[in-house]
Amino acid sequence: MSQVIVYDTPDRSVEDIARDLKSKFPAVDVLKAAPKRLHVQVPRDISFEVCKFMKEGLSFEHCSCVTTVDYIDHFTVVFHISSWTNHILSEVLVDLPRDDPTVDSITPLWGGANWHEREAYDLMGIVFKGHPDLRRIMMPEEFKFHPLRKDFIVGRRV
Amino acid sequence: MSSDEMWINMGPQHPFNHGLWNLRVKLKGETITQAEPIIGYLHRGWEKMVENRTYSQIVPLADRLCYGSSLSWNHLYCLTAEKLYGIEAPDRAKYIRVAVLELQRITSHLTWLMAVGTDLGSYTIMTWSIRERELFLDLLCKLSGARMTYNYCRIGGVRNDYPENYERDVLRVLDEFEKRLRDLESLMDENEPFLMRTVGISKMDGKTAMNLGLTGPIMRASGVDMDLRKLDPYEVYADMKFEVCTHTDGDVYARYRVRMDEMRESMKIVRQALSETPAGPIRVKVPRCPPKGNVVCHVEDPRGESLMYMVSDGSEKPYRLKVRSPNFVNLSASPPMLVGFKISDVPAIMGVMDMCIGETDR
Amino acid sequence: MDIDLSFNAMTMTAKQFGEMTKTMMRETMVATGGKKVIDKITAPIWSWGQRNSVYPLHFGIACCALEMAAAGGPRYDAERLGIVFRSSPRQSDVLLLNGWISAKLRPSLKALYEQMPSPKWVIAMGECTISGGPWYDAYNVIQGADTFIPVDVYIPGCPSRPEAMIQAFNMLNRKLTAENRGSFLDD
Repeated sequence: MSQVIVYDTPDRSVEDIARDLKSKFPAVDVLKAAPKRLHVQVPRDISFEVCKFMKEGLSFEHCSCVTTVDYIDHFTVVFHISSWTNHILSEVLVDLPRDDPTVDSITPLWGGANWHEREAYDLMGIVFKGHPDLRRIMMPEEFKFHPLRKDFIVGRRV
Repeated sequence: MSSDEMWINMGPQHPFNHGLWNLRVKLKGETITQAEPIIGYLHRGWEKMVENRTYSQIVPLADRLCYGSSLSWNHLYCLTAEKLYGIEAPDRAKYIRVAVLELQRITSHLTWLMAVGTDLGSYTIMTWSIRERELFLDLLCKLSGARMTYNYCRIGGVRNDYPENYERDVLRVLDEFEKRLRDLESLMDENEPFLMRTVGISKMDGKTAMNLGLTGPIMRASGVDMDLRKLDPYEVYADMKFEVCTHTDGDVYARYRVRMDEMRESMKIVRQALSETPAGPIRVKVPRCPPKGNVVCHVEDPRGESLMYMVSDGSEKPYRLKVRSPNFVNLSASPPMLVGFKISDVPAIMGVMDMCIGETDR
Repeated sequence: MDIDLSFNAMTMTAKQFGEMTKTMMRETMVATGGKKVIDKITAPIWSWGQRNSVYPLHFGIACCALEMAAAGGPRYDAERLGIVFRSSPRQSDVLLLNGWISAKLRPSLKALYEQMPSPKWVIAMGECTISGGPWYDAYNVIQGADTFIPVDVYIPGCPSRPEAMIQAFNMLNRKLTAENRGSFLDD
């Protein structure tokens, strides 16, 4: 532990990485490839393989965040994954149907996504397959609803 | 489970907690074999509530996410909203923001030091840190009017310009603080019980830290040289000359050392920003409704990487505003840091992590 | 006084016996006027002791807790007024609530309040404890601490300044002086 891991100049450019990703997974849609930003839309069935390739092949070492958005007719899970070697913050969007909100968990790849996925399950009801310990984190265990969904109307006294 | 193992609840009300959370530890004798943090006692549904407020009404609410370093959350929200609107703050506002953010960083680290003092039972550290913190709170109160939740940044700039003689006051405080920081450091670095409780405790190496999602001073203490102010600069950090503080040991002492060094670097940035601030307007006009779209923005909070993801549907209220708090992830990564150590090491290990449960639970 | 109980002293539990003796003593003292004499001597002393050593519980919820900590710092120095923070609810007099109270916290808070021995008081610090504050329409925040525990002093502010907290303790001081609790027979 006596050496310091340094991130100086980026190894590869964003366009390079986008091209690599697109050539390996043609179903992936690159929405934006600007300096330090890479936004891709990924279909649900290959989301785990894409993330695995990003971690092992494209050196994305850190999972910043796992977000969920409730567009009334479908859900979207957004993974924010950073590559410090190449100075990129990438956004991976996965669309889920409203009646089957399940997606593969990325916790086996990045431990940092663990609690984010638990929170997404708690507040939005998305089930992450393969998560080691999927249970509620903020609301009490007996709470029956998912508060962040658009059909959960607030405005009553607690 | 054998007969000498038991689960203990440390919390939610416990003298060493800062904010309310529960730490369940499984003890074999006095050694911890398993740990599980339980949060949610401070959950107020921030993300759901802001869907019912206009963009400018959310600015004071963003302050109260982490009240220990409220300006950095205020600023992060304004930066994200500016990206969504597609506008940029004027140059003078950027320099003012950088100077004030670094002052807030020093204040936040002093609040952390106060907590460390309370946890380790050393009331001198606590009292001296509160005393130094009051100097900086006076400065920030003179600037914005409040001691803690400043509500100073606005979408499009800052609220008001520097008051009269502000630069002179700040430089005076920084000179005085430099002397006092030396005293504070000697109180800990030459203190044998403090070193006994922190050196060699709870080591974590860089690769594990990165994989578990740790960011900020805790990760830099494990030897990873990554600071978002250098990697993905925002405002005018690209022009500021400062060093990223790292340490290679990865133990509790290293985490403490990194924050003390960061305070020195922040002082350098404040001095540079104050001397280079150009003249000009401090705010631009902002329309009521932003364009449709989504935007992500991340900054280097005193605790780590904080990120906001904003989705807009073209109306005056946000459709979805997600907050990534560094403390949430740091806390989730704490079980590996605790296993194998004694229960009396828990305040030292958790205290040095700088917890602020307001942002963890949102 | 329940005259029936006095004949069944052997079937009472210890708690019932204690209550019976206390009630008996209290009623005797009040009836004979002895309580008034004792109170005249002890009430000023008891009350002086109580109001100059109000021990709050070391309980910080959210933003106002940092101002509570600053009030204990060298500039505002609450300790010179007798305000010493205690870690255990069994040893404290006043429950200083500072921060929003979420639905998950409410049972723990009720348990803490019930663990404190009487006489006890509650000070609600900050907007969140008075009415829910900026989070009045959140799904998880209780709109005010006085919906489930009795509150004695309210401190407005978001966050309340340390001087406001010290003023609240002064008001509690005056309230204790006015109450002028007397002998050990009072609850």
